[in-house]
Amino acid sequence: MLLELKDLTLLYGRIQALHGISLTVGEGEIVALIGANGAGKSTTMRAISGLRAVAQGSILFDGEDITKLRADLRVVRGVSQSPEGRGVFPGMSVRENLEMGAYTRRNRAEIDEDLDRVFTLFPRLKEREKQAGGTMSGGEQQMLAVGRALMSRPKLLLLDEPSMGLAPMLIQQIFDIIVEINQQGTTVLLVEQNAQQALSRAHRAYVLETGRIVKEGTGQELLHDPAVKDAYLGVA
Amino acid sequence: MNFQFLGDHFVSLTVTGLTQGAIYALVALGYTLVYGVLRLINFAHSEVFMIGTFVTTIIWAGLGFSVGDAAPGTLGVIGLIVIAMIAAGAASGATALVVERVAYRPLRKRNAPSLIFLISAIGASVALSEAVGALTDRQPRGMPTLVVPKVQFSFLGADVTNLQLGIFFSALAMMIGLDIFINRTRLGRGVRAVAQNPDVAALMGVNKDRIIMLIFILGGAMAGAAAVLYDIKVGLTTYSVGFLLGIKAFTAAVLGGIGNLRGALLGGLLLGVVENYGAGVFGNQWMDVVAFMMLVVVLLFRPTGLLGESLGRARA
Ligand SMILES: Nc1ncnc2c1ncn2[C@@H]1O[C@H](COP(=O)(O)OP(=O)(O)O)[C@@H](O)[C@H]1O
Ligand SMILES: [Mg+2]
Repeated sequence: MLLELKDLTLLYGRIQALHGISLTVGEGEIVALIGANGAGKSTTMRAISGLRAVAQGSILFDGEDITKLRADLRVVRGVSQSPEGRGVFPGMSVRENLEMGAYTRRNRAEIDEDLDRVFTLFPRLKEREKQAGGTMSGGEQQMLAVGRALMSRPKLLLLDEPSMGLAPMLIQQIFDIIVEINQQGTTVLLVEQNAQQALSRAHRAYVLETGRIVKEGTGQELLHDPAVKDAYLGVA
Repeated sequence: MNFQFLGDHFVSLTVTGLTQGAIYALVALGYTLVYGVLRLINFAHSEVFMIGTFVTTIIWAGLGFSVGDAAPGTLGVIGLIVIAMIAAGAASGATALVVERVAYRPLRKRNAPSLIFLISAIGASVALSEAVGALTDRQPRGMPTLVVPKVQFSFLGADVTNLQLGIFFSALAMMIGLDIFINRTRLGRGVRAVAQNPDVAALMGVNKDRIIMLIFILGGAMAGAAAVLYDIKVGLTTYSVGFLLGIKAFTAAVLGGIGNLRGALLGGLLLGVVENYGAGVFGNQWMDVVAFMMLVVVLLFRPTGLLGESLGRARA
């Protein structure tokens, strides 16, 4: 297992957001985490990347316990997150944002290689290389956030709602790219409200409800699960 | 009011103001860096400067140049200045770092409200200046006149001295160096990342505490360099020297747009020049009044300062 969460509990002050989350992500997988607004998806991501300390439970990454490791050191280990709301640095150019993604790395040749890779995945970013991140459209910022997360050459890529606020055309495109990134060898944990897309692209998935995992299975299984259909896929 | 005097001495008041303003600007950088990254007004920064003025005199005395001693030759003077810059820069940088460790970091770890930081900042400031006051018996400390002002050239009727040129251009060089560091290097990008979004910066692998230490050291070192220039210019220091100068430098930072490095430069120079014009028109005793009046007027029309903030938000 590349990532293993064991019985994670997390508090915001006195509010308990996670009530014992356990899940695994295997090397090479795309795993989706779906659930309604406020279910605790982003909180789970923050726990994995280290932005929020957990109250109980443990996080194993690549065979090591990283529960207490600082967020910036988790990046060095190979965890990279594209956060909810994108988190593009508004005052930095597209190029500088991407360079920030490679902050922990020193090998210039390898960084340039990855810049090329990101520009191939997202040609739009190449065209906008010098533009300030804050002046890009929502879709462009999303591409930038995903591209930037790739710049650390992660083993595990955490994507928090990469399709949020995007036009339907762009949603297709961003999921295609996620699959492509995965096929190039990066493991992906994907949080989505767009359950239809997420389940059809993921190998496996978990359903989160008010801080608890209530269901898990392969993407296809959940896609055809009546309860999941009812709650998350709308009535087709 | 003496507008005649202002008219007659306009260029020379400008030159004096730019020299004074360059020192304000160097000190202002420390306020602006810390504010840009932490949204914190480091009131103890004035004492970081004050420490630099003392370390400079102590170093010079240690090298055999005390008050009243004759200055060595040109090369010797340059050597003394460079050594003082290194020593005062290091001492002020270290002082700033200690202030951050003792007065701010523990509060940050507890997510204290910003009012508490302010109280802690004022406390650190008073503690430092009183400690130096006690150690020096509250006596001013003199130093040798290393640079005797000599007119280098006349510009539109105003004499420009070697001292003024030296202070202005060495301050400018340090500010350009800092600007390049922040805008062009990997660590500088890290500083801007933490200023713009600390959580996302951590997701990029930036160690926030290390960046915070870095900005305190950088701001402190700039204040230390400013302290050397101040000593050369004024020839005297005392434990309370940071008070007014600190407020002026803080004013300069706000004037230019706090959190904006180039704003600190602009604000410093403008403040220096305008207060000298004010002194020309109303008399020397009105200099500080004019300086703060200008701050109020500028903030009335541009609440974010002349250039706005830049470290933290999108650059204008
Ligand atoms: N910073 C915070 N402070 C307090 N409560 C929070 C905070 N962030 C999230 N929560 C709460 O935790 C729960 C889970 O939120 P979140 O993880 O953002 O949900 P999701 O990403 O699934 O929409 C929600 O009830 C939310 O209100
Ligand atoms: Mg969320």
